[in-house]
Amino acid sequence: MRLAHIATLGVKELRSLVRDPMMLVLIVYSFTIAIYSAATAMPETLSRAAISIVDEDRSPVSARISAAFYPPYFMPPSFITQSEMDARMDAGLDTFAIDIPPNFQRDLLAGRRPAIQLNVDATRMSQAFTGSGYIQTIISDEVTAFALRYRAVETPAVDLMLRARFNPVLKEAWFGAVMEVINQITMLSIILAGAALIREREHGTIEHLLVMPVTPFEIMTAKVWAMALVVLVATAIAITVVVQGALGVPIQGSVALFLAGAGVHVFATTSMGIFLGTVARSMPQFGLLLMLILLPLEMLSGGTTPRESMPVIVQFVMLAAPTTHFVMLAQAILYRGAGFSVVWPQFAALAVIGAALFGYAWMRFRSTIGAMA
Amino acid sequence: MSGPVGRLHEVGLRYGKTIALDEVTLDLPGGCMAGLIGPDGVGKSSLLALVAGARAVQSGHVEVLGGDMADARHRSRIGPRIAYMPQGLGKNLYPTLSVFENIDFFGRLFGHDRAERERRIAELVEATGLARFTDRPAGKLSGGMKQKLSLCCALIHDPELLILDEPTTGVDPLSRRQFWELIAHIRAGRPGMSVLVATAYMEEAARFDWLAAMDAGRLLATGTPQELLARTGTTSLEAAFIALLPEEKRAGHRPVDIRPFEALDGDETAIEARDLTKRFGDFTAVDRVSFRIRRGEIFGFLGSNGCGKTTTMKMLTGLLPATEGQAWLFGQEVDAANIETRRRVGYMSQSFSLYAELTVRQNLELHARLFSLPAATIPGRIEEMARRFELTAIMDALPDSLPLGQRQRLSLAVAMIHGPEMLILDEPTSGVDPVARDGFWRILIELARRDRVTIFISTHFMNEAERCDRISLMHAGRVLVSDTPASLVAKRGVPTLEQAFIGYLEEAAADGTPAAPTQAAPAAPAPAHEPRRGFDVRRMLSYSRREALELRRDPIRATLALLGSVILMIIMGYGITLDVEDLTFAVLDRDQTVTSRDYTLNIAGSRYFTERAPITDHAELDRRMQSGEITLAIEIPPGFGRDIARGRPVQVGAWIDGAMPSRAQTVRGYVQGMHAQWLAQRAAHASSGGAAALFSIETRYRYNPDVRSLVAMVPAVIPILLMLIPAMLTALSVVREKELGSIVNLYVTPVTRFEFLVGKQLPYILLGMLNFLMLVLLAITLFGVPLKGSFLTLAAATALYLCAATALGLLASTFLRSQVAAMFGTAVMTILPAVQFSGVINPVSSLEGVGALIGQIYPTAHYVTIARGTFSKALDYADLQASFLPLLITGPLLIALSTALLKKQER
Repeated sequence: MRLAHIATLGVKELRSLVRDPMMLVLIVYSFTIAIYSAATAMPETLSRAAISIVDEDRSPVSARISAAFYPPYFMPPSFITQSEMDARMDAGLDTFAIDIPPNFQRDLLAGRRPAIQLNVDATRMSQAFTGSGYIQTIISDEVTAFALRYRAVETPAVDLMLRARFNPVLKEAWFGAVMEVINQITMLSIILAGAALIREREHGTIEHLLVMPVTPFEIMTAKVWAMALVVLVATAIAITVVVQGALGVPIQGSVALFLAGAGVHVFATTSMGIFLGTVARSMPQFGLLLMLILLPLEMLSGGTTPRESMPVIVQFVMLAAPTTHFVMLAQAILYRGAGFSVVWPQFAALAVIGAALFGYAWMRFRSTIGAMA
Repeated sequence: MSGPVGRLHEVGLRYGKTIALDEVTLDLPGGCMAGLIGPDGVGKSSLLALVAGARAVQSGHVEVLGGDMADARHRSRIGPRIAYMPQGLGKNLYPTLSVFENIDFFGRLFGHDRAERERRIAELVEATGLARFTDRPAGKLSGGMKQKLSLCCALIHDPELLILDEPTTGVDPLSRRQFWELIAHIRAGRPGMSVLVATAYMEEAARFDWLAAMDAGRLLATGTPQELLARTGTTSLEAAFIALLPEEKRAGHRPVDIRPFEALDGDETAIEARDLTKRFGDFTAVDRVSFRIRRGEIFGFLGSNGCGKTTTMKMLTGLLPATEGQAWLFGQEVDAANIETRRRVGYMSQSFSLYAELTVRQNLELHARLFSLPAATIPGRIEEMARRFELTAIMDALPDSLPLGQRQRLSLAVAMIHGPEMLILDEPTSGVDPVARDGFWRILIELARRDRVTIFISTHFMNEAERCDRISLMHAGRVLVSDTPASLVAKRGVPTLEQAFIGYLEEAAADGTPAAPTQAAPAAPAPAHEPRRGFDVRRMLSYSRREALELRRDPIRATLALLGSVILMIIMGYGITLDVEDLTFAVLDRDQTVTSRDYTLNIAGSRYFTERAPITDHAELDRRMQSGEITLAIEIPPGFGRDIARGRPVQVGAWIDGAMPSRAQTVRGYVQGMHAQWLAQRAAHASSGGAAALFSIETRYRYNPDVRSLVAMVPAVIPILLMLIPAMLTALSVVREKELGSIVNLYVTPVTRFEFLVGKQLPYILLGMLNFLMLVLLAITLFGVPLKGSFLTLAAATALYLCAATALGLLASTFLRSQVAAMFGTAVMTILPAVQFSGVINPVSSLEGVGALIGQIYPTAHYVTIARGTFSKALDYADLQASFLPLLITGPLLIALSTALLKKQER
């Protein structure tokens, strides 16, 4: 192994990349516009939920309830009849339908404990749960406030002080922006490394390298460092300019530590790209393979849905994926301000996965490249 | 010779900045064999493509069979009277289809009925000697057989004008001779047919009736071969061609002067191979090849494409391990791990293997560095190579912008940069013009004779083979014979090396392929059908049939199509779960009374939370939340139990990890709920009767009473998968044809754009339906999500939806050129809108801006409504009518748009 060779070959990779306008456009797009649009397009968990109200009471209290629903959490409610309710929910027009029974106000004031019916379209999971919580609270508050004027109501003696740490107002964009950066890092490092290898194979230049006094280890290491550098620079810019700047997301921890973590992650993903490059026989096959690999890597990493909620077997299998550890690491550093003493296990896991992928790709390298060319 | 079959008047053609044809004016004679000669890249192929109507006329006037080729109506009228065989072995064939299926496909395109097709196919395969191979896939035929098959496909509709673009390049001499015999034979049966051929082999051209010599997009001369020879006063066409070249091109040309090889005493053996064998599966690519090459010798490997030359060379360089046998370079056994021998060898592969993104200088520099030349000597060495290989003027150019001859010299310079003692050159001269080729050989001979560099070269040009000291004739993986060219000719007692080679081939093939056809000329053709000009179901189905066959034989695509969606469904079904369960929490209990423990137990007892070791102080709370170990921390203040008992206000603190907002929201809801529940319990327990609720809210979770994620997600994942995969497959299927070249069949056959697109779409809709059935089955069995509504409604919607999805793929394919771009393009066009804007996670009604607009028109949004309606809401057609209409419109609209955008000619 000669460092000079690794340096020379790496510089060659960078020069090749500079001459490939399509790739450059892809890199710039994925680290700027893609992140920005993904972060801003993601609505808050409960945003503009469609709600309709069947008001059979038509009393001051029912009017008060109806007036309490307004954007941004809810769309202005539509007033419908009971017979319309089912049809509208079937057609997916409403996520929530509130039915205020006749004589609600009278029964309330008489202390007869009337019941309000809340219908939730539970096929819309994302809104159903939080939304019904909000609605219950809103109705309770309004009804209680109304009732207070007429009779004494005891407040509960035990108060619950709820505070969300790291993202006090629970803005989805904060979360979305960083997760998008992570997805782009993963996608781009796999594509850049894998495509660079396949392009060399399709052009026959890889054979040329293999008949020179250059070892597969040097060729692979050069690709890893060159592509990792590109991705890291793009990441640094994306985090500082797009995420912190344009989107105004406050970063709690050290960006440098995050970049160091990204470096180890990119080592693992570029190795994976090279590995895929040795498996696929052509660029289209690589693309198809990529779809089947990238989707689970991104969806099951814990960046889309919480890891705790996945079946145990999926959680276990995904421990072998670099993205799982990188998502944990990124969340800890960027949101919770964790230091190295907290995230070292993720660093270690990424390094081990990277080394294993690199080692396996290395073993396959000469035999497959020669046989398929 | 009858009147001209085509006339070109001041025809120009350019690709970007490159001028392919420069004001060419030419009459192409009819009823005879007319040839275009000249090296690669001079505009022959462009000219033929214009005449065939495969390429759009840019400037000037092209008239073929009495009409203007710029006129689409004329093209579609005369299209069936022309047959076009593009350059490249079997370029217009479908490699996974068998010989019969290939010809049959073309027969259907030209509207022959079954009996007619079978009769014609039987005749053609008999005449071409392919009759025994009708079941073999076209991709597994030898080069010569591919060309014969290509010819069969071209002749199925009795063309008046047959256009052949370099039909014999890379084909062995015997097959080449058979091919021309076949053409002569067919012409004898159809005397009126005009044949227009482009070729780089001058020996072949000498037998044509009329020739046009071309160079750099211009016409050099026209006339019969005899006229050309007489005009230039030369004896061979190759010499005549060189003489016809403009002065400045000829300037550097000198005949190659061959000095014989003189073995020095004690000369070591440079290369030795003994019984070298390579098998790929059950196919033997190289079969017991042995030879010995001395130092300073030029050793030639002669044979057609695919006969094992390249594989042998790769084994010598260590790129491929030998299955059996051994090889030595400079007495050392070839070993892929041996870095030292590699320094003594220079290798130049068929494709020249230059880095297209690096300049000439950077290419040289890269190789110099990788061979570890001392840094100080590198600039000097590069200058020296540049001078020697005449690259000085182009040092900063990119290889792709250079003519082939210069690229070839650069490639040799790169292989020579470290001063190797041996050169392994794999077909270094294919495609290079004769002048450049001679210049290249002068350099080789100088290297061999002056520097005593051993040269191992492969070629399929006979005149180059004659310049080698010794040659091996190779065929089908075996070396037929090795000797000096002169003694080979003498041994066979024939005048030329080519005939000697054919002799050896015939001997070898005595048990193989039958020799040239002996059967009588094909029976006089039945009058050709006038193909229907409008929409023709048969042509459309012919494309469908072919696409289905191809798909069945391409394991990767078929796997992705069927297995891919199942795998993805499992991943997404289990992965995108919105149920939040098993969340970790810990308590900082500063009260430690029965009451505080009761509060904790209330939370720990629910299925949503799992308790971790208690927290002792605030620092620990911070640390454990930072590492993400706990999602929720509860702090119970000192005196909690006492204060409650006394009715004093108490505050319980709850910290939620807000890093993941959606999860935090859910946790907040849970904690609030449990807190309220605990209070109610206590109130009931105390039975003070003080805090009875004023009213109640009855929440009904409809359609999915357990609020299970799977019930919500599975019906939404099916639409995503049925969009993504069919769209990508159709986009790939069209773009693949563009990339592999078989798209030319759309350009030159009577098939219309609409027939082509819909024909290709149909199999994928069927495949999508199959996929749909698998996914529904999976949803019901594995995921336990019942289909409550009407299956028929869902199936009908699926069919419409698949029309739209596949049409979207076709639309993408009209403007995308490479398979990679097609995949990226369709991914961009499908994933984001389908996943984010179609109501899968957030209802369309909650979206804003562009997202909301896309959500309203994108077919997935409507199909999600139908899928959820039928799966979870037990609805049928009457309830979902409103969502059918957009689906019904989208598919045909997209097809119409694709038809309008697809080009019927190359531009």
